[in-house]
Amino acid sequence: MGKHVVAPVTDFPQGARRRIEVDGRGIVVFNVKGEYFALLDKCPHNGGSLAQGVITGLLQSDEPGKYSYSRQGEVIRCPWHGWEFDIRTGKSFCSGIRARARPFPVHVEGGGAIVEGPYRAETFPVRVEDSYVVVDA
Amino acid sequence: MTERPADIVDCDIHPAVRSMADLDPWLERRWIEHFRQYGALRNQHYVAGGGYHKSQPNASRRDAYPPEGGPQGSSLPFLRSQHLDQNGITVGILNPLISSQGVRNLQHSAALCRAINHWQAERWVDSEPRLRASIVVPYEDPEASAVEIGRWAGDRRFAQVLLLSRTSFPTGNKRYWPIFAAAAEANLPVGIHAFGNSGWPVSSAGWPSFYLEEMVGHAQTSQSGLVSLVVEGVFERWPALKLVLIESGFTWAPALMARLDRDWAILKSEVPHLRLKPSEYIRRNVWWTSQPLDEPDNKRWLGDIFSWLGWDRLMFSSDYPHWDFDDPARAIMFPAGDDDRARFFAANARFVYGFA
Repeated sequence: MGKHVVAPVTDFPQGARRRIEVDGRGIVVFNVKGEYFALLDKCPHNGGSLAQGVITGLLQSDEPGKYSYSRQGEVIRCPWHGWEFDIRTGKSFCSGIRARARPFPVHVEGGGAIVEGPYRAETFPVRVEDSYVVVDA
Repeated sequence: MTERPADIVDCDIHPAVRSMADLDPWLERRWIEHFRQYGALRNQHYVAGGGYHKSQPNASRRDAYPPEGGPQGSSLPFLRSQHLDQNGITVGILNPLISSQGVRNLQHSAALCRAINHWQAERWVDSEPRLRASIVVPYEDPEASAVEIGRWAGDRRFAQVLLLSRTSFPTGNKRYWPIFAAAAEANLPVGIHAFGNSGWPVSSAGWPSFYLEEMVGHAQTSQSGLVSLVVEGVFERWPALKLVLIESGFTWAPALMARLDRDWAILKSEVPHLRLKPSEYIRRNVWWTSQPLDEPDNKRWLGDIFSWLGWDRLMFSSDYPHWDFDDPARAIMFPAGDDDRARFFAANARFVYGFA
């Protein structure tokens, strides 16, 4: 494991993402509301590039006719089959199962409160060092 | 991930036009101007484009935009590098889904189909020896379709005759027989790909509300088309005709065959022209492409269905560049013998399509 500079903080605004190659592996780093997170750029379902996915939010429903949209900018949707992952944890969401979980209030939840899907994208630690975004991989 | 086979025939690749003007070199002036002035009205209700908004732009992978611009699937160099080279495809069959077959003006439909066939042969297959084209026919005009098939018969750049699954009448209806006669005469398989514009809602109970329902509904449409082809006696009339069902699933097929056989046994006097059990026609004349593979919780269940249906009936397809693409390296995620894998990835298709 080594230290890899991704970009200067000043060149990495909120909502942006950067892709780097480390030992032949693609890693995609996201700036989510000022915090940095990194995922292996390979969807655990079928290998699509998460760097080219759509950044979205979490759409949930407690019951038919009611829904909540939360955590905008914190979810990455694979550009192939559309599997969605929590950028913060790499955990996948599975809305079909969530319908059987307890109801959720309309506010931001930690990833652990949500019923997880079958896949998990690999995560890497990211930190800011001397005004540079650095990933340990 | 499993080891990638050395020989992979991809039975479903979708080339796209950058714009409809790409077809102009093979269209009479009359149709070029007709399209610009009136468009190409499809045989469907209320909307000009697809009946269902797709989940990704152009229903395609967001990482498949060619670097030089244009929609996914519109660049031969990029299709070559991103798909044929990267995924080790040795032969790829083109199935263009460009608005043409469902166009309501049948003369315009025929003109567009012919232009698409020239475009495939001259812009794609002539430049890339791994690719083969499909003869796109205006199937709601079966006589014009037969002419189009005859035009390309014997041209090895073409692998099959291409229909879509949503026909205006049940697919085995006598009105379509000129198509099957011409395909049999030319010794070309008939591929039936999901989608199409029939003029009817996409389900027998009307228009579903969601794209998800359209996705799953392809299996139902394909089943009703197959039942019609069998029961109307198409395979009795053309015993050597090869039918390939593309992108409509196959896990339903064993159960459908069992039900057809059971009902045929007690209703034989209604269909005396069927001398064989329905499943005997199907096992003789029909093949399925794999994508989109079902993904049961226990992957071995999918393997059970491969065995039940028969490893000789199934052929790999990727659907590149569409969003629900199947990667050949991840297609068979359950225990399978080397011979079965070789049949699935290449040998069945080489037999069906007559590739060396």
